[in-house]
Amino acid sequence: MENLSGGDLLTRALTDVGVELIFGYPGGAALHIYDALFRQNKIKHILVRHEQAAAHAADAYARVTGRVGTVLVTSGPGATNAITGIATAYMDSIPMVIISGQVPSARIGEDAFQETDMMGVSRPVVKHSFMVQDPSEIPIIVKKAYYLASSGRPGPVVIDIPKDMTDPNQFFEYRCPNTVSIRSYTPTVKGHGGQIKKAVRAVMAAKKPIVYIGGGSLAGQGPELLTRLVKKLGVPVTSTLMGLGAYPGTDEQFVGMLGMHGTYESNTAMHNSDVILAVGARFDDRVTNKIEKFCPDATVIHIDIDPTSISKTIAAHIPIVGSVESVLRDMLKMIETSGKSLDTSALNSWWQQINEWRDKHGLYTQNRFDTSGMIMPQEVVQAVYEVTHGDAVVTTDVGQHQMFAAQYYRFDKPRRWVTSGGLGTMGFGIPAAMGAQLANMDETVACFTGEGSVQMCIQELSTCTQYNLPIKIININNQALGMVKQWQDMNYDSRYSEILYEDSLPDFVKLAEAYGHVGMKVTKREELKDKLKECFAMKDRVVFMDIYVDPHEHVYPMQVPLQSVGDMFISRTERT
Amino acid sequence: MTKRIISILMENSPGALSRVVGLFSQRGYNIESLSVAPTEDVSMSRLTLTTLGDDEKTEQITKQLNKLIDVIKVIELSNSVFIERELMMIKLKATGSAREEIKHCVDIFRGQIVDVTPTIYTVQLVGDSDKLTAFIHAVDETAVLEVVRTGISGLSRGEKVLSL
Repeated sequence: MENLSGGDLLTRALTDVGVELIFGYPGGAALHIYDALFRQNKIKHILVRHEQAAAHAADAYARVTGRVGTVLVTSGPGATNAITGIATAYMDSIPMVIISGQVPSARIGEDAFQETDMMGVSRPVVKHSFMVQDPSEIPIIVKKAYYLASSGRPGPVVIDIPKDMTDPNQFFEYRCPNTVSIRSYTPTVKGHGGQIKKAVRAVMAAKKPIVYIGGGSLAGQGPELLTRLVKKLGVPVTSTLMGLGAYPGTDEQFVGMLGMHGTYESNTAMHNSDVILAVGARFDDRVTNKIEKFCPDATVIHIDIDPTSISKTIAAHIPIVGSVESVLRDMLKMIETSGKSLDTSALNSWWQQINEWRDKHGLYTQNRFDTSGMIMPQEVVQAVYEVTHGDAVVTTDVGQHQMFAAQYYRFDKPRRWVTSGGLGTMGFGIPAAMGAQLANMDETVACFTGEGSVQMCIQELSTCTQYNLPIKIININNQALGMVKQWQDMNYDSRYSEILYEDSLPDFVKLAEAYGHVGMKVTKREELKDKLKECFAMKDRVVFMDIYVDPHEHVYPMQVPLQSVGDMFISRTERT
Repeated sequence: MTKRIISILMENSPGALSRVVGLFSQRGYNIESLSVAPTEDVSMSRLTLTTLGDDEKTEQITKQLNKLIDVIKVIELSNSVFIERELMMIKLKATGSAREEIKHCVDIFRGQIVDVTPTIYTVQLVGDSDKLTAFIHAVDETAVLEVVRTGISGLSRGEKVLSL
């Protein structure tokens, strides 16, 4: 067998684990690796304009494909710039491998040029990390890293490679086993039979059940099995921000997103339920509101592959550690063979109740916003939904536009909704759209953003030009940092501290044009739909839609802070 | 909040200890004591640490520790019967009549004087933490020049073992 340099061992190992795409940015400590990349033709490298974008793009690629995203950066600032993207992936449990160059082994600890302790800096935001200390170990480390990133509860894994480990003049035999096992790492996949039996018994005895799904339910066959189970039982299902699309968003049994900006019917149903079947969700504070007031009558069944997620905030009455896929399959089998179903009359009156809530304050039965003045942000999402026939891959930035997108763009298929849920990272939208587009060049990719968020990674418009990534940017421009403004309206007597730009906003149309893209400004309701149609008809161009909307609109419903799940402001003037 | 003794079997690899310690600091848990060394199989380390916490917090800590990739096994020793030992070395000013008094005290506590100069005794003492603390209180406070304690090491009583 031919001997390879460390750099070549790395590209070979990456190819062997199935990497086709790397998002990265070169630099001194990564030069040997970049040279190895240059000398091969299996892996394509996307040169971003800032390392944060590399991590977000790889993250979105992973969310859309279900595969591991790969990032390559240099030491020091390259590595630290990627940290925000790594933390974003960590909070949302996204499989990702980050390869960072490091100064030569002999220089570590000497405050060498572009030296940062990447192992230390990244430690709190990674699932695991490796530092290469012997070039011959590169293949096995790569194999382990991809295995760790994608198994159990997925997450980012860092491989820090000192420059001397990829020395082009030192050669090593390529040795890599087909499979790896790590003795200290054995995620529980199969749920405990007794617990599953208990869970099934509780669900079948429920009178007011609800299925509460999160990002974990997107794994593997999760969405399919989940849909079968929910259909079989005939029960309502609600989703976290992360879980949207795991169950069809337009289905009758879907009662919408829950939580801080969840629908009235989902939050109210949660609060009044007697059994909650939580599937791959983690009872995040944006969902539970005040823990002590959380769903007082509910028996909580919690399925999660990560034992630390169970009973972390809300105590589970029936905890089940295992993969959503395996546990749902076991539950389905048990229910199907028993031939039993839920108490029909109880379930009917539960649905009657839920439909009353739906009619009263639901988001989809009639518009809950005033359309007499300027364009409303909700209308923009609705219009994009119609123009794209509900079939775009949607990425978002963070803020009001993100919540409106989550509420009004209804996802019927999984892995088409890409948003930074846990960390809430502004600047995520454009690079995420790039990653999603690269995952499938035939898809329509729309990025909902705001004039605040979009400026945090705006430089990536240049990357879009270089690689012909025809993403559509829907800038919901309310001329202020809208979500902060909403909180200042609600909690600080409208003292608008540092949320206005004082006429400093760029001309986004000209900006888009400067990068070689199409820019369109929309200010009138009458032209909204036509312009959007025009935008999405340009299949091979990046289009930046700068849409001016009502600057005063708030996101509703909104849970009343420190109250129960079901305690909400329905509008500026109504409270439950 | 009670004292909890957690025993960890983990990979003896660079960065493993910092991950364990980091987990505590990043969640605002305090480590009261910590002792760590390789086991009979040098690829693994055994670590004993003590912390303060209620049942819920301790359960969350042990689950989080288990989640670390380098951690092989975790048990809370203080959940059942266990043996704990700590080693202390204490340097004492020992002149005049104090020399005899200290020697006497060391005998009572079944310690050993491991270093002697005309004015200094260095005493080694092994036992549970309370015994070591009791010794410090038993000698003249002004005589204490330096104290070094290893932190608790512990094992479950009986047949229960923490191994691969």
